[in-house]
Amino acid sequence: MTVATQPEIKPTSTLTSGPGMAKIALIGNPNSGKTSLFNQLTGLNQKVGNFPGVTVDKKTGYSQLTPQLRAEIIDLPGTYSLYPKSLDERVITDLLYDPTSRHFPDLVIVTADASNLKRNLLLFTQLADLQLPAVLALNMVDVAEQEGVKIDVETLQRELGVPVIPMNARKGIGVAALKIVMTQQLEPNRNTFFEISADLKPLLKNIKHRFNLSNDYLALQFAHQYKSLKFLSDEDAAWLHEQLEIAAFESNAQQANETINRYTRINELLLDAVRVEKVEKDEKFSNRLDQVLTHKVFGYLIFFAILFLIFQAIFAWASYPMDLIDEGIAGLNGLIQDNFDGPLIDLLTEGVIAGLGGVLVFVPQIAILFAFIAILEETGYMARVTFMMDKVMRKFGLNGKSVVPLISGVACAVPAVMSARTIENWKDRMITIFVTPLMSCSARIPVYTVLIALVVPEKYYLGFLNLQGLVLMGLYLIGFLAAILSALLLKIILKARERSYFIMEFPTYKMPRWKNVGLTIIEKSKAFVFEAGKVIVAISIILWVLASYGPGNTFEQAREQAVAEAQSRNLNEVQTENKIASYQLEASYAGIVGRSIEPIIRPLGYDWKIGIALLTSFAAREVFVGTMSTIYSIGEEENVSTIKNKLMSEKDASGDPFFTPARSFSLMIFYLFAMQCVSTLAIVRRETKSWTWPLAQLLYMSGLAYVMAFITYHIFS
Amino acid sequence: MQHKVEEHKGRKSVRDLKIGEHGVICCLQDPEMGLKLLEMGCIPGTSVKMNSRAPFGDPITIIVNNYTLSLRLDEAETILLKQ
Repeated sequence: MTVATQPEIKPTSTLTSGPGMAKIALIGNPNSGKTSLFNQLTGLNQKVGNFPGVTVDKKTGYSQLTPQLRAEIIDLPGTYSLYPKSLDERVITDLLYDPTSRHFPDLVIVTADASNLKRNLLLFTQLADLQLPAVLALNMVDVAEQEGVKIDVETLQRELGVPVIPMNARKGIGVAALKIVMTQQLEPNRNTFFEISADLKPLLKNIKHRFNLSNDYLALQFAHQYKSLKFLSDEDAAWLHEQLEIAAFESNAQQANETINRYTRINELLLDAVRVEKVEKDEKFSNRLDQVLTHKVFGYLIFFAILFLIFQAIFAWASYPMDLIDEGIAGLNGLIQDNFDGPLIDLLTEGVIAGLGGVLVFVPQIAILFAFIAILEETGYMARVTFMMDKVMRKFGLNGKSVVPLISGVACAVPAVMSARTIENWKDRMITIFVTPLMSCSARIPVYTVLIALVVPEKYYLGFLNLQGLVLMGLYLIGFLAAILSALLLKIILKARERSYFIMEFPTYKMPRWKNVGLTIIEKSKAFVFEAGKVIVAISIILWVLASYGPGNTFEQAREQAVAEAQSRNLNEVQTENKIASYQLEASYAGIVGRSIEPIIRPLGYDWKIGIALLTSFAAREVFVGTMSTIYSIGEEENVSTIKNKLMSEKDASGDPFFTPARSFSLMIFYLFAMQCVSTLAIVRRETKSWTWPLAQLLYMSGLAYVMAFITYHIFS
Repeated sequence: MQHKVEEHKGRKSVRDLKIGEHGVICCLQDPEMGLKLLEMGCIPGTSVKMNSRAPFGDPITIIVNNYTLSLRLDEAETILLKQ
């Protein structure tokens, strides 16, 4: 089957994928420029979907090959061979070995790093033996030439039996030629690169017969991988298992033999096609840079400086666009409320639009964090981070790359959890995602500052050590310790799904490709807004309804009661409004829930008023301050010191101050541990593709919060 | 030093190389990890060079087939060298 001559291919110009559209799979080694080529071919016509059952994103895009011909391009995970070593790589075999699959490609484009052709051709020869129509995109020819590697494309093309397109995907050179070749009539490759041993032929014949296959190598792949191929039924797998027993098939030995054979064959054919004149310039440059960047002292100093820069950026720089979004949403709401009225308008403004604002406000942080991460990945520095941090982080069940999510978590857990995607190993990634929300994020700061101001005196030690500052730092430290120790716990509990290797290519340093950086930012922001956003808006609306309505006419009664009390005490208009808001919140469903959970939270020192704040904080922790203001009828516009004074004057039943150090510290510890963030839960669901993880997080963190707050309350009282 | 002990125990592996030192791969000890190493180009008979060590001594980088590979010490230990 080829691309150009299929009669059902219509000259479409819509984004919808018709049944006749040609499907092209991009496959290649990691670092072979596959993503660059994908971006060159598809530009902004990309979408991210799911492969069924795995956490791998499925990136597809559309490419206009000729004015009449449009093709669907699918970007497969980078791999070194067709024998998957990680769960992510299994996506490839599931797709390529099942011709009935919806995504089965009409053509595969194999990207290969020309400066490292030998290793890159291993995967190519495997694909060629499957006799799929293929094109070799010989990438990074410029780098190869700098290193003195001269490739005779004509000879290589003859030896491999497929079109070879020399290119530089970073700069887009060769992309036009590749597009032309993609539209040509391509014969399936007839060259075979690996002779399967004659002993295996009877077995392969049986397999081919049962599954109606025509290719020996595909039958051999069934024999090797029947346990992991998703499209095989249990019955098929059992049959294969039996056949392999009879044939005394040894998968490991066969695979090792195959790989060695293939390398021998590749060496032979490269003898004619490649000439190397040793220059070794680039590698030396990378090595010299590494002596500084992975140095015992400077290496860490530079790394922490970069982390500090990232932290500063998502913490401080992001606040400007975030404020703009906040103001924009408030302005829009004000505009609507000034011109329209009614319960539906309230739902729209305070429920829906406010919820949308709560989603959009994260976009600046996500965009900035991913700009940094994309640059670190693109330049090759991320591999050095993993290299330097591996030994320390491994002790806690984490990965060298976990450092970035953990540190970013101090600003906001949402982008931080998304950044854990760079961790290849499933177990390490899950542990990182699970513990990241324990790091004290910026939304906890308003809670901490109000409560610290309430109970910690503003004292200085040694002239510069501010006691309040020390307490704040202590809270961050507790969060960090909680994250590390929880990781250790999970390391013991969680079973590994795959054997974890560290073995990886250490890429040379490169300049980042800005197009790739830009596309990463767009992709991550879109993923958050469209996938996590739905859950966040839905829960925000529910919480808003709970806080804005009460059963029967209790709301009206609360209003009358507040007005009556305000009149008897001669309060002005603003004070009266605050009083009404306070009484109405008390009478709302949220108030009812707050009251009904009072017995549960009493051991922590809390009353029903704090109960309401805990409930509304579930949308976002910083709501705590706003809710407390409403409950104590302070009004929304007041500053921290007004809130502080009001809270200080609050008395308990016996007339003593309500906010004792015990209660306040207990609250701080509760907010430190508790999972009170819908956005984080939504993004964890998105990243782990299941509700199990966010629910486990909710239970674990809230349980921990309860126990720790209980202990804190009793220590201080 | 841990790797000194290893030397006594058995054959020399990539783990025992000093920075800048070369060796020739003889065989891969761990059958499963061996497959991964083979795919990455660590074929018996190939020359390897110890390139660098991470600040705490682990992991390391080696040069095989003109490109740099990073791996942990316990992984390097499974790559045995010709004497």
